[in-house]
Amino acid sequence: MKNRKSPLIGATNTFEQSLTKPREEKHVLRLYIAGKSGRSILAISNLKKICKEYLKNNYELEIIDLFQFPDLAQVEQIIAAPTLIKESPLPLRRIIGDMSNTEKVLSGLNLK
Amino acid sequence: MSKIANANTTIKLPKSPTGITGFDEITLGGLPTGRPTLVCGGAGCGKTLFGIEFLVRGATQFNEPGVFMSFEETIEELTINVASLGFDLNKLIKQKKIALDHVHIERSEIEETGEYDLEALFIRLEYAIDSIGAKRVVLDTIESLFAGLPNQLILRAELRRLFRWLKEKGVTAIITGERGDETLTRQGLEEYVSDCVIMLDHRVTEQTSTRRLRVVKYRGSVHGTNEYPFLIDESGFSVLPVTSLGLEHKVSNERISSGIPALDDMLEGKGYFRGSTVLVSGTAGIGKTSIAAHFAAAACKRGERVLYFCFEESPKQLIRNMLSIGINLEPWVKKGLLQFQASRPTLYGLEMHLAVTHKFVNEFKPNVVVLDPINTFVTNDKEFELRTLLMRIIDFLKVKQITALFTSLTRSDCGLEGSDAGISSLIDTWLLLRDIELNGERNRGIYILKSRGIANSNQIREFDLTDKGVKLRDVYIGANGVLTGSARIAQEAHENSEMLARKYEIEFKIREIERKRKELEAQVEAMRTDFKSEETEANKIIEEEQQMMKQLEQDKKVMATSRKAEF
Repeated sequence: MKNRKSPLIGATNTFEQSLTKPREEKHVLRLYIAGKSGRSILAISNLKKICKEYLKNNYELEIIDLFQFPDLAQVEQIIAAPTLIKESPLPLRRIIGDMSNTEKVLSGLNLK
Repeated sequence: MSKIANANTTIKLPKSPTGITGFDEITLGGLPTGRPTLVCGGAGCGKTLFGIEFLVRGATQFNEPGVFMSFEETIEELTINVASLGFDLNKLIKQKKIALDHVHIERSEIEETGEYDLEALFIRLEYAIDSIGAKRVVLDTIESLFAGLPNQLILRAELRRLFRWLKEKGVTAIITGERGDETLTRQGLEEYVSDCVIMLDHRVTEQTSTRRLRVVKYRGSVHGTNEYPFLIDESGFSVLPVTSLGLEHKVSNERISSGIPALDDMLEGKGYFRGSTVLVSGTAGIGKTSIAAHFAAAACKRGERVLYFCFEESPKQLIRNMLSIGINLEPWVKKGLLQFQASRPTLYGLEMHLAVTHKFVNEFKPNVVVLDPINTFVTNDKEFELRTLLMRIIDFLKVKQITALFTSLTRSDCGLEGSDAGISSLIDTWLLLRDIELNGERNRGIYILKSRGIANSNQIREFDLTDKGVKLRDVYIGANGVLTGSARIAQEAHENSEMLARKYEIEFKIREIERKRKELEAQVEAMRTDFKSEETEANKIIEEEQQMMKQLEQDKKVMATSRKAEF
């Protein structure tokens, strides 16, 4: 993605590189919760566990309480809580729920 | 409408006026304040617009800001869509009177990983409500959530919570829902929103579409239960609460001319009552429009405003045609006293016609309305609907004290009176134009079939369309009824010659008597002369006799003296 403006050959190289090391791009994740409810806490701990196990340290996780930033719900098009937004790598995904179904979380994160 | 307003004060349930024309009348005040209302209907029936107008009117007329949460259209789309109705959403958003939020759910982006709730939606809605202090909320169409979120159980529980939350929040809300197969809404939202349910409908019958609105349910309030036609046009939504009218309209004793002096004469010499309903029915080409045009022109001459609906001719054609019988309508059009509304009856459904009529009448505020003709609206099998339509139009016009003239084309193969019998009871004055076929001719006859409150003439009069308008002819009654056309002319000639003959006879008689008088006088004179001469003769004789007697006496005396005798 970084070499979008480079010549065709450069682009091809980048593409090939990305094919050989697909897992290396950093995951940018944002978890939106609605207050410190049991469900929120469960989601946070579940998510942290999964990240530690599958993403090693190659991720960024931000946890945002919508009660503190209510305007973000509209900006980020969030209706359910908790909602995890996977900003990158693309495609953008919204993973909703308390993250107790690890299989589905992984599929949402494109790790499986 | 003041009666309805009074009735409203006895009802405890507070209501928020929608500002939608007519709707507040059928619901006696608007939507229930602080409660959610479900507006359901099929695609394209105007649910979104109803919601938008509720908010815009609330923000602009009732100082109640509102939040519009759209689950389908984006903010840009909405703004553009309603701009055509004269609503400037951007301005209202800037003024913080309206907040728009587009909830976009992309099914493919979402992965469910366990328990969740819609708290984020609540937060979002609350934030929007609080940011402008909203009193009104529209959720359009919340059922889209069902397509975006797979877990129906959670969704249903959350919706129930949402509507309860809206009530607690005290906002007057409209929730729209797509119509389902057997239920009011596809997802059964009526289970959750049960205070007030409004159904919008968009039906197509015989290729014409009509929009209808019905208040299915209104907890704690009386409401009109009928299906009301409504319009969506450049000024927004308008519902017609026409059947709510009673027969309580004022009546006028004022009389207005029909525009034809001889016809006025048949109506006690004064014409129609103001605010009455006149029906002119007759077969094709008999002159219905001409009579209508006379009436229109006469009203304009009095300085009144006339709204002329023509369903068969274009205004230009009508003006041209009327010019040929000496009625010039053009100046009145230019003066703004006469307005034509021409459209094919098939353009809209019946209800739509009603709505359009309402709209134009409200805009133009005429004294006289002409509908020419009414029965092209429908074919015979829809008589009931035509009747309802007319009843509504008539009621509406009567309340406004507008004199209405309808023309109606009757088919010659069925009875003239029969074909219009269905609407007869609605009509105050009914002029029947009929062609009288006699001696191989067709002539025009007019008579007043009925005229409520007027001692009308019972004559069938013949009339002609001359270059000076409709002229009623004198009545000639022969052995076979009224004489018309050449039979009338023959009768006229016959009567003329008879009159002439009589005149001669009288003159003759006068001369005769004169002659006789002269004769008599001559005789009298002659007799008098005779008498005179005889009298003179007699006097002479009498005198001679007396002379003789005197002589005799004298002679006797002389003789006695001579004899010295005593007497």
